[in-house]
Order: sequence, then C-alpha cells, then structure tokens
Amino acid sequence: MPRKKEKAALGKPAQFGPDLDLSAYTREAKAVAPCPIGKLPKDMLKRAAQVGIGPEKDRAGTYFQVNHSTVFQNVRDALRGKVEIMSTKDAMEKYGWLRDYWWKTVAATADKYTALAEEKWDRGYFMRILPNQQVVLPLQACLFISQENLDQNVHNVIIAEPGSQAQIITGCTVHPNVGRGLHVGISEFYIKKNAKLTFTMIHNWAEGVDVRPRTGAFVEDGATFISNYVCMAPVKSLQMYPAAYCNGSDSRARFNALLYGSKDSLLDVGSRVVLSGKNSRGEVLSRVIATDNSKVYARGRLVGEHKESRAHLECRGLLLSDTALIHSIPELIGKVEGTELSHEAAVGKISEEEVEYLMARGFSEDEATALIVRGFMDIEIFGLPDALKEEIKHIVETTTKKAL
Amino acid sequence: MLKVTNLSVEVAGKQILKNVNLEIPRGEVHVLFGPNGSGKSSLISTILGLARFKVTRGKITFKGKDITHTPINERAKLGIGIAFQNPPAIRGVKLRDVLQAYSTGNGLVGLTRRLNVPMEFLGRDLNLGFSGGEMKRSEVLQVIAQNPDFLMLDEPDSGVDVENLEIIGKAANDFLRHKSGLLITHMGHILRYVEADRAHVMLNGRIACSGSPKETLELILKRGYKECEKCLGRRKKQP
Repeated sequence: MPRKKEKAALGKPAQFGPDLDLSAYTREAKAVAPCPIGKLPKDMLKRAAQVGIGPEKDRAGTYFQVNHSTVFQNVRDALRGKVEIMSTKDAMEKYGWLRDYWWKTVAATADKYTALAEEKWDRGYFMRILPNQQVVLPLQACLFISQENLDQNVHNVIIAEPGSQAQIITGCTVHPNVGRGLHVGISEFYIKKNAKLTFTMIHNWAEGVDVRPRTGAFVEDGATFISNYVCMAPVKSLQMYPAAYCNGSDSRARFNALLYGSKDSLLDVGSRVVLSGKNSRGEVLSRVIATDNSKVYARGRLVGEHKESRAHLECRGLLLSDTALIHSIPELIGKVEGTELSHEAAVGKISEEEVEYLMARGFSEDEATALIVRGFMDIEIFGLPDALKEEIKHIVETTTKKAL
Repeated sequence: MLKVTNLSVEVAGKQILKNVNLEIPRGEVHVLFGPNGSGKSSLISTILGLARFKVTRGKITFKGKDITHTPINERAKLGIGIAFQNPPAIRGVKLRDVLQAYSTGNGLVGLTRRLNVPMEFLGRDLNLGFSGGEMKRSEVLQVIAQNPDFLMLDEPDSGVDVENLEIIGKAANDFLRHKSGLLITHMGHILRYVEADRAHVMLNGRIACSGSPKETLELILKRGYKECEKCLGRRKKQP
C-alpha cells in the first residue's frame, strides 16, 4: 500500500542537495484567522510585495497562506465561473476528481520531502482556469512563513483546462523576524490541450531557511508551459529540479531562472524537460550569479524520447567572488534517432573589457559593474507580458541593487 | 588639446609603443595610418586608459592636465570620447541605458534619425548580434551623444558597407567641425567624408612620419607601407 511506501520514503534523502533532519523543525503552527490581504500586518505585506504579491485589485484572483492557515482566497467577481482559486484542502472536499491530479506529476515516494508533504500536508493552493478562458490579469498566490523554525508543507495543483490562457505569480517568503524554517512545496501542473500557462515564482527566504520545492508538469497537445523562477535573496539551502513532460504533440515547455547566490547560500536548482510528444519543444535558460561564499549548482536535463523533438539548454554563470562556486551541469539524453538536443554553458567573472567599455562612456568602475550585473539578470529572457514585466523587473533590480 | 610625449607602452611585458610623440591642437583632426599591428589601436587605447596598456615611459596630457594614470571614466568626463572598432557584446545592457546615463540629451532624437538608428534598436542588448553597420552606427551614436571635446574613431571604415560609411562619416564630420579628433584608418575610406588636418604614419610602434592627409594617403595607396619603412630606414641611417 502507498502509505507504507511513503512512510519508508520519509527516510529517503533526495538525490541532490544537503540532507535535512526533518525532526529539527517545528510542526505546531498557531492558527491565523482569515482576513482581507490589506488587513495583514504592514511588515508582512512589505515582504509579500517583494515577491510580487500585489493588491487584490491588480490581480484576477488571490490565494494567501500564512504558516498552515489559509487567510485569503478569492477570485474577482467578473471572473467567477472562469477561474477557481481555493486551498487544496477545500478543493479536495469539493472535487472528488482532484484525486486524479494528486501525486501524478510528482511521486509521493520520490524522497523524504515528498513523503513529508504527503504525511503532513499543510494546504497549498488549487487554481483552475476553465476551458477556453483567457485571463489577462495575473492570478497570484503567496506562501508565507511567519513563525520561527516552522515546517510548512504545501501541495499545489494548477489546472489549465483546454484552450485556456493565464499567468500566475507565486511568491514565497518569510516574516523579517523569521531566521530558520523549512518550506516543502509540491506543485503539480496540468496544461491541457492548446492551453498556455505562464508561471512565475519568486522566492525571498532567510539565511537559515531550507527550501525543497518538488514540481511536475504535464503538457498536452498544442499546450505551452512557461515557468519563470527568481531567487535573489540568501537562503540556507534550496534544492529543486522541476520537470515538464511534453507528452502532447506540438507541446512546449520553457524554464527560465534567475539565481543570485549570496552569503553562505547553497542553491541546487535545475530544470528537466522530457520530450515524448511529436514535434515537442523544450528550452531551459538560466542566469546565475554567485558571490560571497555561496555555492550554486545549475542543472539542466533534456530528454529526447520522440524522433521529432527539439530542445535547447543555456546556462550562464557570473562569479563575483573567489570564494563562491558555480557548478553548471547540463545533461542531454537522446533516446531516439532524430531528436535534436543542444546546450551552451559559460561560467566566468565579469569581463574587464566590458567594464572598460562602459567606463569609456563615463560610468565609474562600480557603476559599470552594477550595470553589467543588472543586465546579466535581465528578465527580458522571460518573455513576460508588459504589465508583469515591469513589476518583476522592479523586484529583480531592487534586490540586485541591494545585494550589490 | 592632446599631447603625447615620449610615450612607451607595453602589454603583458611586451613593448608595443616606442617613444611616441604626438600633439593635436584644439580644433584639429588628425588621422593615423599604419599597417596591421603597427600600434595605432594601442596608441588610442593608451590615450583612453585601458588597463592592459602599461605606460613605461613618457606622459599624456589633455587640456594641459597630466592624464597618464587617470581612470578611463575620468578621462571620459574630461572630454575624451571613442568609437570602438570591436566593442564587446554586453547582455542585458541596452543601448538606451548608456545613452540615458551619459549623453547630454540634446538632439538625441535627431541624432538617432540622422544615423538611421530606429528607436526600437535602443532597446537591444549592446553590440549583441549587431551587424557591422549597426555596430558602427551605434558606436558613433554613443560617442557623439557623449559630446566629447576630443573624439577618437578606431577604424570606422572597417567591416562596414558604403551606405553605412557615408552615414557615420558625415555625422562624424559634422560633429568634428567644432571639436578635435584622432581617426585611425587602414585604407583611408573614411577620409572621403571626414576632413582631417594632419596625418601620421605608424610603423612598428613609432610615429614614422607626419604630413598632409591627402598626400600621405596618396603615397600609401600608391606605394604601400613598404615605402614608409624604407623612408624610416633612410632616416635612421642619417647622422
């Protein structure tokens, strides 16, 4: 029985990243009462804004979870019947069929973190965009930890029904007083026929927080899944290796990541695309900066399982300190003749030639360096819609500026 | 405006400029000829202040100030500007970022039109995937927007087609009417558009001779740099 297997998996370290002692974190969370987002304490709202969580009026719908409590879940009136947002606990009660979407793209027995999320499940969000609905304003979800050393295990399910289009921002962060904690986030995506989903996740943790997201996406015929990930602030350890399965013909998956490793952070972040559909396409792009004593492992794996499939992986790393490390690990696995997989990776320090070029235009050395670093973290690679682009750009630039 | 006195320079321990003397008075535009590897680009790189070019002897003064060891951006602020021959591609840094930061702003729109630089081009990553013509136009746009008192153009006529050469040549010439400058050219094509006051020929890290731009170019085109070497050899033999 699965229960037994999951129990056993609780002792199974993940393939990558430092192994964590799950008993070191607190499970008991004080309940937080539901309230409108605007009524949340100012310091919490400030942190949420730093991970892209905006006022409800600027969003199609909002889910806000603090520790283990859902404090807000709502879709704006005009979109009722078009979009659904609620906690996965509520969704599980409401929709029996949700079981069909539970632990299907990620195995509950994958490692101790998935097993933990199965055994001790602390809600998470359910978002569903109904068939043929094209939602222009972004949907948003915030997963917040406000209690010291808490273990928060969320399980999210996102379903883009056939022909639908939407964009989601998820911001995960902690209260400024929180120093330690564990966040485990299971996210399962179902991008159905001809649907398009752009998912942008921004993380802003603390120096003592461990983070273990586990993500899987099924991409059907003609569907597109774009996943953007931004992590600019220090974290104790963050390990994730999301996978998109392009099973459908003409399916597309694209992963973009901006990672800024600083202080003693350990980031082990990658993306996998499995191409099993005819004419499926994949792309993995990452920009990594490592400074101070940070260590960043930038992984990528493309698996070509259909003879008419193609994917490209690109990783660029910039080292700003001699005590930092960037380890780029691109993997291409071709299983059938005809699949076209490629990669390019480059890791280096800031080029003196580029700095001098900008200095010749009048920038000081520090200004030139900052401009190059900000440029390196250019979110244009995400291909976001304009409204969202400016917002995310602002977040990235503010955090880069602060880090520099 | 610019005075280079007894300048010797080395790169990675190898001497590349030997006892160079050059004076460009205010309001004059000089042109520097010379075969590949003769030291032309090294001279302007040293005037610009690039770190690889170590001054081992001599000095550079600009507007009466010794700038031999002044940082590049300070030189830029004093009024030295350059259009590079092979500028580096810088991902994510837009042409607009550079123009907004240090251009004086005056007439920028007119300048972009004049140089046939569409507004959307300003949103592109600096020098990334630029064609030869785009590269040159972008360089000339940036440096003119900076409004330097002394403009250096490093081989503005290499790797560029006739139409683009005319565009940048005319724009540079108009700008130089009230400024000083130093052009590097290999074949002299830019001189069809830019009026120069004096020419110098560089050979083996030295300024071998100086004269009128027209006559010097004619001589080079007719007899090649070999003749210059002979001439230099003859001069060496003289007591």
